Amino acid sequence: MLVLAGLAVIVVGFALRLNPFAVVVAAALVTGVAAGLAPLAVVAALGKAFAANRFVSVIWLLVPVIGLLERHGLQERARSVVAGIGAATPGRLLGTYFVLRQATAALGLIALAGQVQTVRPLVAPMAEAAAERRRPLDDAARRRLRALAAATDNIAVFFAEDIFIAIASILLIKGFLAANGIVVSPFGLSVWAIPTAVAALVVHGVRLWRLDRSFVW
Amino acid sequence: MIGLPALYGLTGAMFAAFAVLELADRSNPKRVGTAMFWALVAVEFFAGDALPNLASGAIVVALALLAGGGALGRGHVVVDAAWRAAAAARHGNRLFAAALIVPAVAVGGTLLLPGSGLVDPKQATLVAVGLGVIVALGVCAAWLRPRLVEPLDAGRQLIDAVGWAVVLPQVLAALGAIFALAGVGDIVGGAVGHVLPAGNRLAAVAAYTGGMAGLTMLLGNAYAAFPVMTAGVGLPLLVRGFGGDPAPIAAIGMLSGFCGTLCTPLAANYNLVPVALLDLGDRWAVIRAQVATAIPLLVFNTLLMNAVAFR
Repeated sequence: MLVLAGLAVIVVGFALRLNPFAVVVAAALVTGVAAGLAPLAVVAALGKAFAANRFVSVIWLLVPVIGLLERHGLQERARSVVAGIGAATPGRLLGTYFVLRQATAALGLIALAGQVQTVRPLVAPMAEAAAERRRPLDDAARRRLRALAAATDNIAVFFAEDIFIAIASILLIKGFLAANGIVVSPFGLSVWAIPTAVAALVVHGVRLWRLDRSFVW
Repeated sequence: MIGLPALYGLTGAMFAAFAVLELADRSNPKRVGTAMFWALVAVEFFAGDALPNLASGAIVVALALLAGGGALGRGHVVVDAAWRAAAAARHGNRLFAAALIVPAVAVGGTLLLPGSGLVDPKQATLVAVGLGVIVALGVCAAWLRPRLVEPLDAGRQLIDAVGWAVVLPQVLAALGAIFALAGVGDIVGGAVGHVLPAGNRLAAVAAYTGGMAGLTMLLGNAYAAFPVMTAGVGLPLLVRGFGGDPAPIAAIGMLSGFCGTLCTPLAANYNLVPVALLDLGDRWAVIRAQVATAIPLLVFNTLLMNAVAFR
């Protein structure tokens, strides 16, 4: 039970609003020591896993491209395109993005979009511009709308990617079941992702529809 | 063959350039600490395979001390709104086309590169992303004629806005490895298996889907929670106990874990990175926007599994 001390470090650290990076590293060290490893062995294990997971951070290679295009007006262009569309509302815009993101993710095209790739430079400014067609946004409303843009990307990709048969989680499930003597086909798994994908579309769609209603036309 | 080493070299070079540019940014009162942070990240990218594990671990601890000690800051960013608006009007939708270069090359490369023999097929997508960045920068350089350091400086300002959260997903992946080493998931999964009322199928299904969501919140990753909860609850209770069909149980179980991913700050790349990228100020802002979708979907998954897996 002592190894759960690391979880306690995380819960307490986040509750006290300490720096998440420091909290996570502290939790890793506490967990390793509580599991009976020598402190230096824990640091080494942490370093080994950190090096092995560098691929997670490769996506940041994008920032020079996005930063350069933002300096040359990408966000402003995204805003002005939406500002010129009479039918644009934040809910319709995010809903359209949701459907496109689900459709491409279901085909395995996950790298096509994301928080760095599309939400910051395109989707969030477009949602703001659509909202500002109706009424000016105060700071709190602007931030809520941006957060919803980020959430829309996450939810769409989470509940559509498993429809694609060669995605990591489907292969993980297949491998785990095979190791336990149960043989399933990837298609037999991915077909069960479809009902939840539809439910995510309905639930999030209703929320976006209500978002539009919250704007006074 | 081009694979991860080349990609890591490119990423390391980018972070090294950020460190140098940071030092030169006199408007950042914390430029030394910030430059040290990016320099250490660059060292890890360049030398992560050659360094002893203990040295990589020391880098992680040093990064944590810099981040936790408030050593990171950002310079004063001057945004010339009128110039940007004029540039936007001048360039029009070609800006979108340029922004689509990386995704287009990433998708094309994922499909075409594995058969070319030039690229490590397992890393085709990541290599294609790197290739897309180079192509996009080449096109933008020819079209927009920026100063040589402008893309790097613009990238650095973006990366400074995100700060330590840039490497948080990577350090969380490392935390997951330590959790696995210490058997944290097995203890939590075993505890869920023990507290179940016997004989109630819906309660057992809810324990599995709720357990997947809860353990995912604690571990920050549904992939780490899945084997633990499925071995501890899913297979023994639902499949062997109630005679359920393993395919829908496992598939919907994973999706229940994703509901947990939407609700935990430990899923940093989804829930914390956008807080920094979009300047939301509140660490829980994205999670708060997701809970109202995540909870109905968890209930849906539970009822769906109960309805379809036991026929």
